[in-house]
Amino acid sequence: MREPDSFIHFKAISKVFGAITVVDALDFHVARGEFVSLLGPSGSGKTTLLMMLAGFETPSGGSIHVDGRRVEHLPPYKREMGVVFQNYALFPHMTISENVAFPLKMRGVARTERDTRVKRALDLVRLGHLADRKPSQLSGGQQQRIALSRALVYEPKVVLMDEPLSALDKQLREHMQLEIRALHRDLGLTVIFVTHDQGEALTMSDRVAVLNRGKIEQFDTPSGLYDRPRTRFVAEFIGETNLLAGRVAGRSGETATVALGTGASVTCDRGAAFETAQDVIVSVRPEMLHLVQDPGADNALPVTITDHVYHGDHIRLHLACGESHLVARAGRRDAAPPIGSKAFASFAPGDCSLVVP
Amino acid sequence: MSARLKALLLVTPLVVFLGLFFLWPLWMMIATAVQGGTVRLAFPQTATAIASWDGSDPPPAALQAALIRDLRADTPQERFGDAVRTLNSQQAGFRTLLPRTARTLREAAESDPVDLATVDPRWSDQAYWLALKRSMPAYTDANLLAAIDLKRTDEARITPVEPDFAVNRAIMLRTFVIAIQVTLLCAAIGLPFAMLTASLSGWKRNALLIAVLLPLWTSLLVRTAAWLILLQDSGLINQTLRAIGLIDSPLSLIYNRTGVLIAMTHVLLPLMVLPIYASLIAIPRNLMPAAAALGAAPLQAFRHVLLPLAMPGLLSGSLLVFMVALGYYITPALTGGAGDQMISSVIAFYATGTANWGMAGALGLFLLAPTTVLYIVYSRLSRTPLVQT
Repeated sequence: MREPDSFIHFKAISKVFGAITVVDALDFHVARGEFVSLLGPSGSGKTTLLMMLAGFETPSGGSIHVDGRRVEHLPPYKREMGVVFQNYALFPHMTISENVAFPLKMRGVARTERDTRVKRALDLVRLGHLADRKPSQLSGGQQQRIALSRALVYEPKVVLMDEPLSALDKQLREHMQLEIRALHRDLGLTVIFVTHDQGEALTMSDRVAVLNRGKIEQFDTPSGLYDRPRTRFVAEFIGETNLLAGRVAGRSGETATVALGTGASVTCDRGAAFETAQDVIVSVRPEMLHLVQDPGADNALPVTITDHVYHGDHIRLHLACGESHLVARAGRRDAAPPIGSKAFASFAPGDCSLVVP
Repeated sequence: MSARLKALLLVTPLVVFLGLFFLWPLWMMIATAVQGGTVRLAFPQTATAIASWDGSDPPPAALQAALIRDLRADTPQERFGDAVRTLNSQQAGFRTLLPRTARTLREAAESDPVDLATVDPRWSDQAYWLALKRSMPAYTDANLLAAIDLKRTDEARITPVEPDFAVNRAIMLRTFVIAIQVTLLCAAIGLPFAMLTASLSGWKRNALLIAVLLPLWTSLLVRTAAWLILLQDSGLINQTLRAIGLIDSPLSLIYNRTGVLIAMTHVLLPLMVLPIYASLIAIPRNLMPAAAALGAAPLQAFRHVLLPLAMPGLLSGSLLVFMVALGYYITPALTGGAGDQMISSVIAFYATGTANWGMAGALGLFLLAPTTVLYIVYSRLSRTPLVQT
């Protein structure tokens, strides 16, 4: 994980609406050229955070620095940021090229230069041929690409995107994800991307800030979030997981031994942050859980197979382990054990995470 | 019963209503404006005889005899009065000339030879005979010409009337000027008001909307009367201004153009605010933030985004206010001075004061024509909606 230099710095930033704290003293940095997603359920404060950066909300406390300059007192039109809104927000009375030219016109760019830059920005999203249409004549995906092109045309320092793909259908959304990623890479943009779709955040971002109730649960790379979740919220919110409650029975270096509620005991390689006798939850991803017949295998838990469900590319096994319910993924070529049979679910000490309950 | 027939039955009351109370009066108004039949009806024999007179020689004896027979005939009083009024509007003097001649003729014995010039010397003036001839055709442009201060000379050339009688054009011009002034004032107040209303939500928005609608639900007369109380020399406004020492003598706010403009703007403001408000409400919520994020300062965003999108509402509001203002009558009559009366008061004068329906219709036509043209232009312009949802 690379140490971020500070292009955008949120410093103890808070936002309070009445009695509700929407953003709670957040402190984090975004590096130049980085693609950072703000991920969280609705009400987690991610959009408020973006709106404070764009200038539509005033922080209740703290400061925002962009490129070394405090910006939280500046009105939106002086912040030099490109914003892409959820419903595109194209101006219905202007043609596509007038829409894209709008930010340049507001900045007093001369007409001839405006034309060349508009053409370049439209070519960037490969919609140059639609320059003379009105927004209402374009499909949703095309409108979103125009909105993107309009946000990029004046080469802003930062591009902010507020759930820009949520109105598109699945296929178009995936296509646009790739397109935005390519633009980010080719133009070296700094992007702050708000989404509630964890798949979108994982596939597009350099780093993801997972927000919950105004706080950052974890700010990490996509693989860091998936493989090494630090809180129960992250473990559950990103992907699917099995959670086993227990208490740390002992620790030697990185390795912790956890006594589970079921009476079994498991070891986990990533336990440095936990003390003996502390309550923890062991998080194991379904694909890390293997069914074995050998009770002496790593972290073998006795289970009963309750169901198996065919998913095309894999088979999902539902297991009962004492009171708790586990899910394991098996390859489609693996022979599914019959329902009702007994086995052991095993996982390597390096394939699980300990999270705070 | 077929669905088509049912639909037809459903719209029948509407069609009948429109035809009876809208199209028919409109048609009648146009018709009376160009009809000249009143004199012909009252003097049928004169009408036949005068057709062969070319107007250059003195009227022949046969024509005079025909007129005498018509005047002796038992013409209904109302019909005779209508004819006198029409003739008098062509040539002043007929109002006294005809009744006096008719009375003299009826008092004299039927067999006595009569020389009209001895009954009244005016009959030797050819102008009266020419006016009589001009009034005979079934259709006439006299009213239409008179409505814009023109008349036909005895040689049937169109010339301006004497400056002393030429008031219609000035009043017509004044009517348009007042309507434009009121429209501009309504736009200047209505646009910010509608923007404020649209930007608010909850009870604040409702309160502002009710503030606009309440006057709309109040009688026009009551609203105008309220302004009388507020604006007069010892009214609330003058008293307040004097109490706080801003003025020494009362401002003349009423019985002049200021009073007319204040009262009419207030009365017509809802017609401006509501269409603008409707077009503002239709603007997607995130367009103004988008404009700001893209670098538009508030004034630029207003000029390039809000105003163009509110324009259909502003145009239809302006058109509505202008068209209604053109026909205003009571408000200028109550709050204006003699120099602030609008064309409707002249129409009312002809219609109810002198029962000259022809002139009333002709003036009405000149009011109807520009309004229709404006409406057609507007509906052409507004054919393509800007915001499609």
